[in-house]
Amino acid sequence: MIIEYIPIFVVLIVAIGFAVATVLSSGIFGPQRPNSEKLSTYESGMTPVGSTNERVSVKYYLVAMLFIIFDIEVIFVYPWAVQFQNLFGEIGISAFISMFIFLVVLELGYLYVYKKGGFKWD
Amino acid sequence: MLNSLQDLYHIIPLLIVSGGILVSIIVEMYSKDSEKILFALSILVFGAAGLFSLYSVNNVSILFNGMLATGGNVNVFSFIFNIGAFIVTLLSADYIRKYGTYYGEYYIILQSSVLGMMLMAGAKDLFIIFIGLELMSISFYVLAGLNRKRYNANEASLKYFLLGAFATGFIVYGIGLIYGTAQTTSIDILTVRFPQLTGNLLFLAGVLLFLVGFTFKIAAFPFHMWVPDVYQGSPTVVAGLFSTGGKAAAFSAILVTLAALFNGNVGSLFTPYLIFVSALSMIYGSIVAISQDDIKRMLAYSSISHAGYLAIGLAAGNSEGTAGIIFYLAAYSFMNLGAFGIVALIEGENETNLSIASYAGLAKRNPALAALLSIFMFSLSGIPPFAGFFGKYYVFFAAIKSGLTWLALIGILSSVISVYFYLRIVVLMYFKDQGEEVIPSKSAMGMVGVVLSAILVVLLGVFPGSIINLISSFL
Amino acid sequence: MTQHIYLTILLPLLGFLVNGIFGPKIKNEKLIGIIGSGSIGLSFIISVISFFETLNLPVDKRQTIVTLFPWINVGNLNINFSYQVDQLSLVMALLVTGVGFIIHVYSIGYMHGDKAFWRFFSYLNLFIFAMMNLILADNFVLLFLGWEGVGLCSYLLIGFWYDRKFEKSTTADAGKKAFIVNRIGDFGFLVGMFLIFMTFGSLNFNDVFNRASIFNVSEGVFSLIAISLFIGATGKSAQIPLFVWLPDAMAGPTPVSALIHAATMVTAGVYMVARCSVLFASAPAVLIVVAVIGILTAIVAASIGLVQNDIKKVLAYSTISQLGYMFLGLGAGAFGAGIFHVMTHAFFKALLFLGAGSVIHAMHEEQDIQRYGGLKKFMPVTSKTFIIAALAISGIPPLSGFFSKDEILWYTYANGLWFLWVIGVITAMLTAFYMFRLYTLTFEGKSRFGSDKHPHESPKVMTIPLIILAVLSVIGGLIGIPEIFSGEHGNRFHNWLSPIFKQAERKMIIFGTHSHFEEIALMTISVVGAAAAIWFARHIYLNRPSIAENLSRKFRLTYNLLLNKYFVDEAYDYTIVNPIVKGSTSFLWKIADNKIIDGTVNGLAKVVAIISVYSRKLQTGLAQFYAIIMVLGITLALFWIILSR
Repeated sequence: MIIEYIPIFVVLIVAIGFAVATVLSSGIFGPQRPNSEKLSTYESGMTPVGSTNERVSVKYYLVAMLFIIFDIEVIFVYPWAVQFQNLFGEIGISAFISMFIFLVVLELGYLYVYKKGGFKWD
Repeated sequence: MLNSLQDLYHIIPLLIVSGGILVSIIVEMYSKDSEKILFALSILVFGAAGLFSLYSVNNVSILFNGMLATGGNVNVFSFIFNIGAFIVTLLSADYIRKYGTYYGEYYIILQSSVLGMMLMAGAKDLFIIFIGLELMSISFYVLAGLNRKRYNANEASLKYFLLGAFATGFIVYGIGLIYGTAQTTSIDILTVRFPQLTGNLLFLAGVLLFLVGFTFKIAAFPFHMWVPDVYQGSPTVVAGLFSTGGKAAAFSAILVTLAALFNGNVGSLFTPYLIFVSALSMIYGSIVAISQDDIKRMLAYSSISHAGYLAIGLAAGNSEGTAGIIFYLAAYSFMNLGAFGIVALIEGENETNLSIASYAGLAKRNPALAALLSIFMFSLSGIPPFAGFFGKYYVFFAAIKSGLTWLALIGILSSVISVYFYLRIVVLMYFKDQGEEVIPSKSAMGMVGVVLSAILVVLLGVFPGSIINLISSFL
Repeated sequence: MTQHIYLTILLPLLGFLVNGIFGPKIKNEKLIGIIGSGSIGLSFIISVISFFETLNLPVDKRQTIVTLFPWINVGNLNINFSYQVDQLSLVMALLVTGVGFIIHVYSIGYMHGDKAFWRFFSYLNLFIFAMMNLILADNFVLLFLGWEGVGLCSYLLIGFWYDRKFEKSTTADAGKKAFIVNRIGDFGFLVGMFLIFMTFGSLNFNDVFNRASIFNVSEGVFSLIAISLFIGATGKSAQIPLFVWLPDAMAGPTPVSALIHAATMVTAGVYMVARCSVLFASAPAVLIVVAVIGILTAIVAASIGLVQNDIKKVLAYSTISQLGYMFLGLGAGAFGAGIFHVMTHAFFKALLFLGAGSVIHAMHEEQDIQRYGGLKKFMPVTSKTFIIAALAISGIPPLSGFFSKDEILWYTYANGLWFLWVIGVITAMLTAFYMFRLYTLTFEGKSRFGSDKHPHESPKVMTIPLIILAVLSVIGGLIGIPEIFSGEHGNRFHNWLSPIFKQAERKMIIFGTHSHFEEIALMTISVVGAAAAIWFARHIYLNRPSIAENLSRKFRLTYNLLLNKYFVDEAYDYTIVNPIVKGSTSFLWKIADNKIIDGTVNGLAKVVAIISVYSRKLQTGLAQFYAIIMVLGITLALFWIILSR
């Protein structure tokens, strides 16, 4: 039971180890010349100081949502791609067609957003 | 997975609607004058899907590894949804133009919501129910806020979204508990295992949460609070869809999940809950509706009390009850859509004429509208020979048959109360002089929709026996 | 075609819808007329085909039930939209569609130029639709639907010229009177229907009538059922005490009077009693009541008809009187004879009304026979057909009225009700008298109208229907020649209908045997009496008008009594209508309605208002609060499921 999960633990340890190692190594090996810009909090390019009630352009959320939708698509397609050989052996061409229809529908949505100017910032 | 072309034939109504959505998206992308094209397309899609559902009502089958059922009462529901949406489309053509709130997405989202409803009715698996429910609900949240320049519409949309998502959360929680205890989401397997699982409190809690979530969706007491605010704030025609298609879809989901259980004795476990919900919805809805001055709010409370009458059929828990619910839903859908359609015509520019007083003296100025609205009001209050009477009749009969005579009596009492506020409109229209000038908006399409509803209400009142026999033959 | 008998019902409905919806748009009167009468004509053809199909079937297979769709199916209450084609319903269907078609065609001419031409035809078609439902129904509920439907159409058509004056009030008031009086009868019919369902557990004709023979039901229950149904029949068929509406119904256009208030609708009561013959036969006491009411109505109405001066009023009272004859026949157990009289009466009475319509048309809406006279030379066709009808109704052989009336009278006598027979013969003489008074004053003698009137014969579209009906009035009786002239089983009409009434006749007292001499003697008496009355009427009104004046002066009291219709309307006003109106204003309105009902409603409203205040407090509009209520509900539900374990 537990033995099956050992690879996951290994990945977990490696991932944590890698992150910790990079941060530590840059601290140890990198040159340390701080100024006020560098010391300020990093927040994806936005000004970190100011009113907390500041209004954010709705476009920001729009893009974020679109990103999430198409991100999830990848999660859905990935296992299918991995298992495609088996699926193809089992149910033949309809394994391909099903995913194709799914992608067409999704890309249609993508095209729609593009046409409607969902990606234009102003 | 699809096994043959035969399977495709069975899901043609679903394919028509989904195809309609995709084509609508493409049209909306490339056409400058999408409003007219999409209107025609929606009419075509809903009409074709509805009629095909009725045509293929006898092709009963289960598809996609037991995930989806078609034929039988699934198609009856599909007919109700599609023809309901057909009428809504007719009503909205001029309505959205009147408010200058046409967005290309309107018809696309309308079609998506219907697709969601159809999935719910055909579901054989809790996941399909959930997907259908979300497709429908999210479409509804958007539709509620269609008139986005209005303060009320924003409020309605946001409230609907917050509370709806809250309720959906409980449904998911319920599904989670059910899956955790039964290790399956297939409704058929659940039905078989149900007797063994009744000892498991977590399982029962799961089913209860599931039921509670849908009690919200059917707008029954005590989860009805959102209804008046949302109906009032939403565009009138869309509120018509919420109260009919939305309610019918939620009931179809309850029926596909629990009808099989109720036919055995185990379903009686939840009867007390359903009786509670049903009795209080009827009484609360009818009493509070009396004191409403705004016709949309009045119809909202009437919708709550109708949810109560429908729940009598659930509480009765026999096949008569199920057949009665389906018939009642058909009747209710068309009469309520008709009523909302007329409200949409009367309300004039900028929703000025939404108070009940606006209907005074309507019979003199516009006898046709007054006569039609009278048909809907008579039918809603359950006066024969209109469809509403037979709906109530079958549901009450089912209750009496399963020994719930007193619940049927509460239903009759509540009907009597409801006569007061329905017929008040009729009295105002025919026996009062108008106060201020009220000019109904001109809309040929809207009139067609209203007349179509009236025809269906009368037809259901004339042919109730055939329809109930058809429904019963699938149970 | 028998299987498609529903077409005879759907076609008139279609005609109604087409003319009703598109009528105002169709400006062409001809087209509307063709749609209106064409639908009835097609129905007639279908009925004829069905009739011959049924005729070719063996006698015991002549009942066909055509089920369209189930209507109400709950528990043991099974009511279908299904139609019963049998000997009785076919006779009525042929009559309604046939005479109906002729009258529709006539109306094209009569209503020419009316501003609501389309409305008239759509109402007429609706009437035929309802009437066919009534006739062909195979259960009481469907029959009742038709029953109410014809009442509604009658109401609509009486008040058709709603903007015209009628006597002291308006045509709308006449319509209202008809409607209200009919409601009283309908109440009786409804009670009868409930009693039938309680007793026999079904409302299907076949079930009920079979069970009436099988079930052990006391005579008292049968009597109660039969009397309730009969009250319904008195309302629809204008019998004592509910006959007052029919004379007022003459406010409608004349074709309406001919079709609805003479030939078809008013005979619905007769049809219904004949249909339920088994139930009536099981209640002998009620049968006597039916016969007595029938003959009383006959003589009372005939006596009123003697002195009326309005051409349509005379015919209206004549109709009431003839309906009385039909009920006399039913009460005497001669159900077939009653239906036979329905048929012949439809021919000659429709003819009389249409003839009267033709005269009214020619005289520019003048209806007073004192202002007619000498119209024979202006209107040859109308006068000739009118005299045929008058002879037929007077019972002069071999015209149709003779056979049917004589059969009724003979059965009355043979069944031991000789006293009623005597009244019947007197009524027949009165009938002959007032008919020829009417004829003579209208068509013969000197003209008594001003020079502003230019009478003329009506157009062909009106006279051809008159001729057809005249032919039918002459030969219509030949299908029912009594057995003494035609030999054993020679009465074809009787043979055709007898299977319908077999069950009923089995339950009744067998007729006493009487000699042929007796029958012929009685027949001679009535014919001679009628002939004498005809001669007398012509003598008085053609040669010695002074006799009539002298008589009316000498018997001033009787004359006034008759002229004022026995003051029945006034009596009803004083004993029933006024007390109700007064009671409703002084008690029902001022106390019951204002104080009690309004008080209760207001009290309830106050309670509701209090509840509303709380409910408004609940409806805060705050989404968070709504969510809290939901959580409360869910918590309660969860507690319930945990605790109930």
